[in-house]
Amino acid sequence: MHEIIPQHPAGTLKSQMEEATGVIVSHCYQCGKCTAGCPLNEEMDVRPNQILRMLQLELPGYEDKILSSLSIWLCLACDTCYSRCPQEVKLSQVMDFLRQESIRQHKVNPKAKDILSFHKAFLDSIKLNGKLHEVGLTIDYKLRSLNLMQDVLLAPSMMAKGKLAIFPHQVQNTKEIAKIFKRISEGTKE
Amino acid sequence: MRIGFYPGCSLEGSSKEYSDSLFAVAEKCGIMLEEIKDWSCCGASAAHNLNHDLALALPARTLALAEKQGFEEVVIPCAACYSRIAGTKQEISNNVATRKKIERYIDLTLEADIKILTVFEFLQKYIFPVADGHIVNKLNQKTACYYGCLYSRPKETAALEQIENPMEMDKVMVKAGATPIDWAFKTECCGAGFTMSRTDIVAKLSGKIIEDAADRGAESIIVACPMCHVNLDMRRPEIKKQLNKEINLPVLFITQALGLSMGIPADQLGLNKHYVPTDKVVTCIVKKEA
Repeated sequence: MHEIIPQHPAGTLKSQMEEATGVIVSHCYQCGKCTAGCPLNEEMDVRPNQILRMLQLELPGYEDKILSSLSIWLCLACDTCYSRCPQEVKLSQVMDFLRQESIRQHKVNPKAKDILSFHKAFLDSIKLNGKLHEVGLTIDYKLRSLNLMQDVLLAPSMMAKGKLAIFPHQVQNTKEIAKIFKRISEGTKE
Repeated sequence: MRIGFYPGCSLEGSSKEYSDSLFAVAEKCGIMLEEIKDWSCCGASAAHNLNHDLALALPARTLALAEKQGFEEVVIPCAACYSRIAGTKQEISNNVATRKKIERYIDLTLEADIKILTVFEFLQKYIFPVADGHIVNKLNQKTACYYGCLYSRPKETAALEQIENPMEMDKVMVKAGATPIDWAFKTECCGAGFTMSRTDIVAKLSGKIIEDAADRGAESIIVACPMCHVNLDMRRPEIKKQLNKEINLPVLFITQALGLSMGIPADQLGLNKHYVPTDKVVTCIVKKEA
């Protein structure tokens, strides 16, 4: 899944981010509403408003601190920050960018491993079938994360309730979907 | 007019009862829904984390297919699918260069002018005008209407009039003879896509939602998102551990609750598929006075 991570033009983290997302970090005047409303602010190692402040100041070491933070992976993209931001800074897009850059620079926080494994397993399932296969996703995620015993008791009950399809639902021509993934991974090198 | 239907992956698997109950309600009211042929996954909570173009291309493929199949309107009952597809439609229709790029990725052309309906908009437009003739029961209970994130945020795709205190679902519940409560967690996040990778966080966030609903006297929670339902219903053992107490508050899809008011049998609405027993919801129901 690493092949679909986009390459960004040379520059500082801030300039790359601004170019890729259209977000302008100097718009933030540090009112702190994003952090106040964030459902996971207490779990974060660097708070949302601090990430923006660090991008604004661009002091040595800040880029690494941001890219190796757990916060960028904890962001649920719930968009509470953006919806309450008086300056309409779209933090969810900043976070998407930072996650991709964190993978590209091999700086993913070790505690975020499971979260990233899940995203990768999810996309692998789509690439293969065109639709998400929940059983396949679960098995793939368990193997990647080595959380083998997690939720083993749920499967039989979900099966009994008719909530799990053993075989995947697929699009008519799964190659079409694989081609979309291929063209996009080629596009990241342009 | 033909109304298109995009189930999304959850409605074919873990939230089949959402799809079943939507179809049961629509059928009762004589409304036909037609599934978009050969639809694919919208990329949901995963694609946007890794590649923005992929997060646009996956929904764009389905939009293009829906257009080719001649639909002018598509109902998307999943909040995540709605948000992703509506967001893609907007980004593509606002930017020609993006549209051209995405068309190249999916090898299909698209106009991105199709009308996308949330479940609330669908009910409002097609079911409300004929509902009174079909509603035979009164749900007769206090409900906490839980909207979650993706109907109210981001503002570009928000499908609700007031994003901090939406009332669309409350209105449906009033029609079904329930009493929606005023509460604090209507649009708080349930933990969404972390259901497997950070179950502890889901238990914490969903626990707060369930606790507030229970403290304010709700007898059921009503949702319109498969992810919210999985987290609030199936993750109850983890939530129980987190809260250190058991709260047996059932969680229903909006279409299940509406279906009950129309006298559709509980089994047909998939109430037997839930983890938290729904019997109490059913026993509250009384016949509507003529």
